[in-house]
Amino acid sequence: MESILEIKDLNLWYGENQALRDVTVELPQHEITALIGPSGCGKSTFLKTLNRMQDLVPGVRLQGQVFYRGQNIYDPGVDVTWLRKRIGMVFQKANPFPMSIYDNIAYGPRTHGIRSRARLDEIVERSLRDAAIWEEVKDRLKASALGLSGGQQQRLCIARALAVEPDVLLMDESTSALDPISTGKIEDLAVQLKERYTVVMVTHNMQQAARISDNCAFFLLGELVEWGKTEVLFSKPSDKRTEDYITGRFG
Amino acid sequence: MDRRKIWNAAVRFALYAAAFLTGALLAGLIGYILWQGLPHLTWELLSTQTSYIRDTIGILPNILNTLYIILTAMAIVLPLGVGAAIYLTEYAQKKRLASIIEFAAETLTGIPSIIFGLVGMLIFVQLMGLGAGILAGGLTLVVMILPTVLRTTQESLKIVPQSYREGALALGAGKWRMIRTVVLPNAVDGIVIGCILAVGRITGESAALLFTAGFGLKLNGFVKAMRTSSATLTVALYVYASEQGKIDVAFAIALILMALTLAINIAASVAGKKLKR
Repeated sequence: MESILEIKDLNLWYGENQALRDVTVELPQHEITALIGPSGCGKSTFLKTLNRMQDLVPGVRLQGQVFYRGQNIYDPGVDVTWLRKRIGMVFQKANPFPMSIYDNIAYGPRTHGIRSRARLDEIVERSLRDAAIWEEVKDRLKASALGLSGGQQQRLCIARALAVEPDVLLMDESTSALDPISTGKIEDLAVQLKERYTVVMVTHNMQQAARISDNCAFFLLGELVEWGKTEVLFSKPSDKRTEDYITGRFG
Repeated sequence: MDRRKIWNAAVRFALYAAAFLTGALLAGLIGYILWQGLPHLTWELLSTQTSYIRDTIGILPNILNTLYIILTAMAIVLPLGVGAAIYLTEYAQKKRLASIIEFAAETLTGIPSIIFGLVGMLIFVQLMGLGAGILAGGLTLVVMILPTVLRTTQESLKIVPQSYREGALALGAGKWRMIRTVVLPNAVDGIVIGCILAVGRITGESAALLFTAGFGLKLNGFVKAMRTSSATLTVALYVYASEQGKIDVAFAIALILMALTLAINIAASVAGKKLKR
């Protein structure tokens, strides 16, 4: 399987604290990669380096390379706007804008210059369908997105991210604030989405990682301890620390 | 009755008395101004200018001067204050510089307005040679209310959730687009309320205008008034009461100012609720 993201010797510091240590990993295209590890292990930090959302944190310093389709995204000439259009993100807590459902979805396309009403209508419908929420909201596209339930809001945020036609979708513990039914819907969604997108997700939930991911990367104290096929990592972990973590001996 | 019950009743009565006295004072003041001012509030007073030849008094020029100075000051302070607030909260990398400016603004809001008047007179009227008029007065008020507009705007920007900004940036929006589409619409209610309150301060200000806008009672057009000594309502109140001994006119003006303040406060709360949705 071809890699879409190649990370080489990535080190990251918040001030004096080193949050990532020599992370080198390849993320395959059209698969789900789960990032697992205990709180504070650097998995969310790592995820946010992939679309440079980490740039927004004051006092952050980064060393190393992240190649997206062969292009180092930390090269000075890289347009962050272009990068974030290609690599979309869904956050831990659903963050719909306080606007209508329609305007939420149309926000990204409008940002990238799409003005035609017909074209926007089409994108909104397609994105909402892809995020499996179209049937629930099609009659109230003009209603405020804040009126939706938590699970619906999160699927709306996925639809909003899909509307700019990204290549990779980053999900930062996107189900951790949701009930089991909504979580199930989003997991099913992630599995469908990998047909067309590459999904990288941070999760705290071992069962979730085992259930839906193709690849798994285990982080501990800023270090990437082990990565590989999920079934291999869960059945025959090569590192003692991985084994201890997935069997629940710490966490 | 035991002592605790007596004590309770006594405290209750004392608090009631304090509340009653406060209410009575306010009601009394408003009532007194109404009683003194209403009989003298005539259409002639509102619609003419003072004439020494005919010996009539009219405050139309002062009403207009108040409007002129509100327009002038707001036209300058709004872009300046809101712009500075956006820069300081959204762009400024040097948080120390931002906090120094915030501290300076905080300090400026506590300075007595007569000092702004004095500085305004020296700088705008004399050094820049603008002469006493709406322009010099308006500029003085800009300096005086800029910190208020800056701080209220900053506060409203700061309560916009960070997650909105992240959401917009993660979709590839540039910084200015993010601010314009996600941050400002969610801060506009606070900004509008800040501006309305600033208008209230302008309307009620007198000390800062005595030396800078002047005492002129003649009717002037907007452009002419810029560089011509022009008394606002509050300054006119001072002139009529203390220099001409016309207490009745002063009370009529007081009544107008009170009504204006009321209208401005109502506007602020209505705008706040409307924009909050």
